[in-house]
Amino acid sequence: MDRRLNLTGWGFLLPAALLIVIVSFVPMIQAFILSLQTGRGTRLTFADPLWYNYQRLLGDEIFKQTLLNTFIYLIIQVPIMLVLAMILASLLNNPRLKWKGFWRTAIFLPAAVSLVSYSLVFRTMFANDGFVNDAIGIFGVEPVNWLGEPNTARFVLILGLLWRWTGYNMIFFLAGLQNIDSSTIEAARIDGANAWQTFWRVTVPQLRPIIVLTAIMSTNGTLQLFDESWNLTKGGPAYASMTMSHYLYEISFQRNPNFGYGAALSYVILILVAILAFIQLKVGDKRD
Amino acid sequence: MIRKLRGAGGYAFLTIWTLFSLFPLYFMAVSATNTSQAVLSSRLLPGLELFNNAAKLFAAQNVGAAMLSSFAIAVGTTILALIVTSIAGYAFEVYHSRGKDVLMGVLLLAMMIPFAATMIPLFQMFAKIGMVNSLFAVIIPAISTPLLILLFRQSTRSFPSELVEAARMDGLGELAIFARIYVPTMRATFAAAGVITFLTAWNNFLWPRVILIKNDVQTMPMLISNLSAGYVTDYGVLMLAVLFASLPTMIVFFVLQRQFANGITGAIK
Repeated sequence: MDRRLNLTGWGFLLPAALLIVIVSFVPMIQAFILSLQTGRGTRLTFADPLWYNYQRLLGDEIFKQTLLNTFIYLIIQVPIMLVLAMILASLLNNPRLKWKGFWRTAIFLPAAVSLVSYSLVFRTMFANDGFVNDAIGIFGVEPVNWLGEPNTARFVLILGLLWRWTGYNMIFFLAGLQNIDSSTIEAARIDGANAWQTFWRVTVPQLRPIIVLTAIMSTNGTLQLFDESWNLTKGGPAYASMTMSHYLYEISFQRNPNFGYGAALSYVILILVAILAFIQLKVGDKRD
Repeated sequence: MIRKLRGAGGYAFLTIWTLFSLFPLYFMAVSATNTSQAVLSSRLLPGLELFNNAAKLFAAQNVGAAMLSSFAIAVGTTILALIVTSIAGYAFEVYHSRGKDVLMGVLLLAMMIPFAATMIPLFQMFAKIGMVNSLFAVIIPAISTPLLILLFRQSTRSFPSELVEAARMDGLGELAIFARIYVPTMRATFAAAGVITFLTAWNNFLWPRVILIKNDVQTMPMLISNLSAGYVTDYGVLMLAVLFASLPTMIVFFVLQRQFANGITGAIK
């Protein structure tokens, strides 16, 4: 290409690239340096030993609890959500389906609501004297202290996540399905495969790139959950439903801010995101 | 017969999920018109308390200011993000070169950096230049995202390069080709990118909470979160505030949903 055009291209992408370097890469390096320091507020000195903050994390019971919680959300919620999103998308992709626009809008709509908003709606519905307890009361079920018990609090949080994100992921699957050659599905049908077999053996393998994309996005999002933990369960009871990012906020910006220790925790999140993304890319790349 | 039954199963599943999707939104809207006691006794019909709830809400919180801040942040972020990322995505494809491919790969890595890992240094950075409590500090980190650059680059693949060649023949400058030919052609992609950015910027909670530390500057998500943190929660008032915080993004999505879906489909090819 002509030199002038090449330079024009660099000029056009410079603002975007510079911004990403300034707000992502530079802070990422600074966070690592910070994670080797100790002290309160702005008076920070290098720790002795340097990895002191990381060592401290290993003995931090609250950190272990929030790590466990985050993984419970990840392992239970993400697979259920992606399967549901795929099923909903393939139902919506059926050319004979009626009221398609209505279903799509209704199912996606939760994704337009802010995380704080829906957290507070769920908090209200699952309050001790709230709607859900009244509803199950009709069937003679005793009221449940939803947000006061560890497992039910986690359950409500997972239910909220499913409500908020299933429709969002469905849109990506729907876009992927529309790009699949429908003749492959017809061929499977002619060969005598039923709808279920066709779905798992023909459609799903072709959706692999979208599955990898949505799985990575969802994993990334789950490891960074904050709004729901803060607003829906307030991390409680005690620390039973608190996420890692919620704990990170507590360490870094509440009471006695400890930026060094917070930065070490943030690096644990970064490394987990990287490892899980790498595994998902490897698994997703495998050819049959 | 079997096919009919399966069809019915599909409709049943869609109906159940749709009810599950819409019920919390209905609950929110209806509760905004009821007293706190009525909300807790599960009244699911519209009441007459809308104006009372509104009066109480406006007396307790500066809703106007929070709405204005949220709009300024969401609109500002969207406009800047569309300009900066569309021209970058366009450049990565139209002025394609080996060096640019490498840079794109590096920028995509930024997608893997969780916000949590950059939040503390970002706060320190803005504190150093005296921008804590400023709306610009909320906007700047949200302008350029690898996802939007990728969306524009992928969509540009379906943009006919003959159009660029023809425009050059006609003597149009490179920036004019982008502004006058590319931008009008790619409306669906801009709509999709705009919806994603507006929704994310309006709904963002963690970063505004970190950087807006004075109580007089707050966004709608911050306002409703604070409202629920009090000792006694008035659920009718809370649900009205939540409704205010949710309507703008729902309207944006309603108006642009067709273009949004087309834009995503165009990028995933």
